[in-house]
Amino acid sequence: MALTPDEVRHIARLARLGLTDEDVAKFSGQLSSILDYFEALRHVDTEGVPPTAYAFDLRNVMRDDEPTPSSAPEDVLANAPAREGEYFRVRAILEE
Amino acid sequence: MADDLYRLTMHDAAALLRQKQVSSVELTRAAFERIRSVEPAVHAFITQTEELAMSQAAAADATLAAGHGTPLTGIPAAIKDVISTKGVRTTAGSKILAPFVPVYDANVITLLKEAGFVMVGKTNQDEFAMGSSGENSAYGATHNPWALDRVPGGSSSGSAATVASGMAYWSLGTDTGGSVRQPASLCGVVGLKPTYGRVSRFGLIAFGSSLDQIGPFARSVRDVATVFQTIAGPDQRDSTSAPVDVPDFGAQMGDSVRGLRVGIPSEYFVDGMDPTVRDAVEGAIMRLEDMGAEIDSEVSLPSTGHAVSVYYIIAPSEASANLARFDGVKYGYSYQDGESMWENMERTRQHGFGEEVKRRIMIGTYALSAGYYDAYYLKAQQVRTLIRREFDAAFKDHDVLVAPVSPTPAFKLGEKTDDPLQMYLNDVCTIPVSIAGLPAISVPCGFATAPDGTRLPIGLQIIARPFDEATLFRAAHAYEQATDWHREFPPL
Repeated sequence: MALTPDEVRHIARLARLGLTDEDVAKFSGQLSSILDYFEALRHVDTEGVPPTAYAFDLRNVMRDDEPTPSSAPEDVLANAPAREGEYFRVRAILEE
Repeated sequence: MADDLYRLTMHDAAALLRQKQVSSVELTRAAFERIRSVEPAVHAFITQTEELAMSQAAAADATLAAGHGTPLTGIPAAIKDVISTKGVRTTAGSKILAPFVPVYDANVITLLKEAGFVMVGKTNQDEFAMGSSGENSAYGATHNPWALDRVPGGSSSGSAATVASGMAYWSLGTDTGGSVRQPASLCGVVGLKPTYGRVSRFGLIAFGSSLDQIGPFARSVRDVATVFQTIAGPDQRDSTSAPVDVPDFGAQMGDSVRGLRVGIPSEYFVDGMDPTVRDAVEGAIMRLEDMGAEIDSEVSLPSTGHAVSVYYIIAPSEASANLARFDGVKYGYSYQDGESMWENMERTRQHGFGEEVKRRIMIGTYALSAGYYDAYYLKAQQVRTLIRREFDAAFKDHDVLVAPVSPTPAFKLGEKTDDPLQMYLNDVCTIPVSIAGLPAISVPCGFATAPDGTRLPIGLQIIARPFDEATLFRAAHAYEQATDWHREFPPL
């Protein structure tokens, strides 16, 4: 299963991951051999086998609905790379 | 005596504290003397917290003087840097979290503070716990205390190395596919991966949420059990922490293994396994038989060979979702000079993440993407079910399973960094256990000798039923007490 450089760029874009051209070249080789290794799974008979998301059957864990203090705004913003008042500051999301 | 304080087990150090032969301040000072002496060669820490440690030690001495305290009170310990510590920088081994200072403690840290522990620092690790050698840290590789030109294993590289070299009495690591057991094996210390759900993940920076567990390292099984007793239990803030009672995990420690039904899964003795590892593990199995255990060498777990594929689909898929939070907006490194919000985000992640993390985000994103989900992610989850069922069947008539931890002893730094797939195959004996959520422990069981004459530790893996850590400790403690491997110290 060979991944083309364009496919690598497409996946990187889905993941919002900037890659250099060297990264793209390296990853298309490496990811292709990793996907080749995964090929053996195709031959496992899983007809009617349910998927496992967690190792144990956990049901919803409920607690009493009692209000407790939430994080203070200063704590939430303490690590902000850029802020304005009580907001995280980012570049404009909607362009004209 | 003072020169050798760093060689004691946690229990022996705690006994000296209680007999007032030494104070926590003295123990902690001795730990930092040891750190100053060997850390330049080992590089096990990302952040040292000497000032905090000395104040925690003074508080512990006051607690002990008042006749209070727990077995952990006043004992210096090290914490993997993927576990959040309020007010102490927490990087997860990544450049993207270089400036990050948590505003709350992980649940395990809250419990350990209540127990009066002393934190000497945050340990080095593969970035976001992704790696088997410690070489994927953005802060430089950790060196194996037994052989400084070799890897300590990973991803909890620094946590294993601090304990092996006497810079801390115990440490916490995390294990997603073997990241406690494998470095414990390669560094010659004891390391536990608890049952999935046993220890709260609240405040643990997430990698593979259906697999991650926090687990302790120490220089004896008893010490590991004591730390585990302190950190185990349900937590409202982690909805995957199991709502099951916490027993006295040490209750069976000291019991013999007479009559214990031990299964040996043949698939774990893989092609390409180092013959010295095979000899050491087979020697340990014979030892257990001599001690009265019932050995069954006919156990088969036929899907074992697919576990590495299953893991390297599921864990990166979960990671690609978990790591989406690192966008340069809320915390951490942030690229600010782009033309647009999207460019800033892509550059933040390009410069902030290391190569292995990018590789896994790419694998995970691909496996979850439209058109490939059924072939990869869903298929892997179905084979995960088969692997679980095979373990369930094996545990119908066995109390524990025994296997190698790593197919080879510690390899040279740089030896496998160019071949990610080869690196992934290191985890072949630990991954299936993680996929099934089972508890397992690595205990020292021998040494290999490198061509240059260096001795390289080998670990024995013991695997138990879900939530049956007590039986793990029984078997591991009995084996440990019958052998001298755990008494060995690296020539640093």
